[in-house]
Amino acid sequence: MGKKVAVVGFGQTKGRSARKDVNGVELINEAVVAALADAELTIKDIDAVVIGNMDHFEGVNYVDSWSVEGSGGVMKPIFKVTTGGTTGTTVAMSAYYHVASGMFDKVLAIGWEKNSESDTTGAIITAFDPVWERPNLGGAIAGLALEASKYMSTYGITERDGARVAVRERLHALNNPFAHLHQEWMKGIPVDQLVELLVTSKENVMLAYPLRMSDMCPRTDAAAAAIFASEDVAEKMAAVPAWVASTTNRHNFALAGDVDMDRNTTMASAAKRAFEKAGIKEPLKEIGVCELYLPYSYAGLKWMEDYGFCAYGEGPKLVWDKVTDMDGELPVNPSGGVMSSNPIGATGLIRVGEAALQIMRKAGTRQVQKDVNFAFITGFGGCYWADVMVLGKKKPS
Amino acid sequence: MEKKKDEKELLTIGSGDLYQPYSWSVGHYGSKFLHELKDHKKLLGIRCPKCNKVYVPPRKVCGKCYVAMDEFVELSDEGEIYACTIIQFGFVDPGTGIQRPVPYGYAFIKLDGADTCLSHFVDSTDPEKFKVGARVKAVFEEKRKGSIVDIKHFTLI
Ligand SMILES: [Zn+2]
Repeated sequence: MGKKVAVVGFGQTKGRSARKDVNGVELINEAVVAALADAELTIKDIDAVVIGNMDHFEGVNYVDSWSVEGSGGVMKPIFKVTTGGTTGTTVAMSAYYHVASGMFDKVLAIGWEKNSESDTTGAIITAFDPVWERPNLGGAIAGLALEASKYMSTYGITERDGARVAVRERLHALNNPFAHLHQEWMKGIPVDQLVELLVTSKENVMLAYPLRMSDMCPRTDAAAAAIFASEDVAEKMAAVPAWVASTTNRHNFALAGDVDMDRNTTMASAAKRAFEKAGIKEPLKEIGVCELYLPYSYAGLKWMEDYGFCAYGEGPKLVWDKVTDMDGELPVNPSGGVMSSNPIGATGLIRVGEAALQIMRKAGTRQVQKDVNFAFITGFGGCYWADVMVLGKKKPS
Repeated sequence: MEKKKDEKELLTIGSGDLYQPYSWSVGHYGSKFLHELKDHKKLLGIRCPKCNKVYVPPRKVCGKCYVAMDEFVELSDEGEIYACTIIQFGFVDPGTGIQRPVPYGYAFIKLDGADTCLSHFVDSTDPEKFKVGARVKAVFEEKRKGSIVDIKHFTLI
């Protein structure tokens, strides 16, 4: 079964639209220094490094080597991971496997991206099949708009339902000093009124129907780093280690047109398996907080149904009933989520780190009030592939 | 003050106009699809002998059953909109280096006889008519080169 593994430290940079004051290596270094400080470790304590980003965004193809001075990887074993939107969660999974194998005790996981350095949509398109798809693909925004169109048509979902998710994410981000988007103007305005504003304002530009600017994630420069430690040392390093209760991932489709958009089948399958492995029978009751890779608003409705938090078509009810708000039964994305910061290669690892902070009760102004026994984390990428991880307060038996 | 100074001092270095041409292998099945499209305006799919699923474009292996496929199926040039959007934001097409003209219709189209979708352009930006379930037909380029964009776009019928 392997060693038990916990997250014992986390660090991240503040999300910004452009960090011209640092190059990629320097940005990475900021996150690593913060993570080491959080775990009260030095780089000498680290046995191996896993690092990830999406090469296309910066046009640098040998990041594992290029970044060693910033990552702390000089003369250490390094793995580089690049899996699209899931990169950060796959980095976390890889760091977990490194430690669970018994080969390493303390592994540094790093995710980063400087999206300001290229055209994000153009770069995303290069992650798809060059012969069959690139000539007509419209990047992530168009692909997600397709999914929204299908979901809205099948279940009679409205633009207001989507906007309600956007409002939640942006209100939560106001509590997170690391979030990229801080929409201060939203403060003090009732939720219903904010939703109305988002679906009627001309300033809220339509990008690809039904997705407006407010329905999408931003493009962000940021880095994150987390330290994964084995059961032999974890309890010495953190007062409350965030234990990896389970993790798994799923890939299904090769081409975008193959994707079955009726349901998010990869997320559903991965979540089901991860809950089983963690011993979770009633996800809505047993999970204390979620940090989900929701790249756009309607994912916060449809995918919630696929995770098993409610029946098909009832995502909107769950969200309108405030279940997923900060003080709800299942707070979703206290950090503000992907819709408030999306430094692509770091995004999944930020979900893991934020979930760990909630378990450790170190999330500061964005800490949920309720006790968190389990935190649920997802990563999402390209042709609907899915990473999931469950962190727990109790050491797994 | 500090910010203004930073804006002057902090440099970015541009890549210039990159040009990095590739030649992607299409294989036997992909080539057969493109030849049929170019020479006869025909669209080919391929059927899995185990699960019966018809894939377009044709490929050699059904990933789910993990068996080889060799039964080509001629598909209709008509089908149904499975999912759709009207793209209104401009972005640089990495295949051409120029900004795609917007707005344009984009959809997953389930051709009659196929179980997977072809992702393609649709020549409508009218949300009243261009929606899930609408019927469409392929419009072919006059001069075809053996590429997926030999289908110029789909049109509502
Ligand atoms: Zn099959």
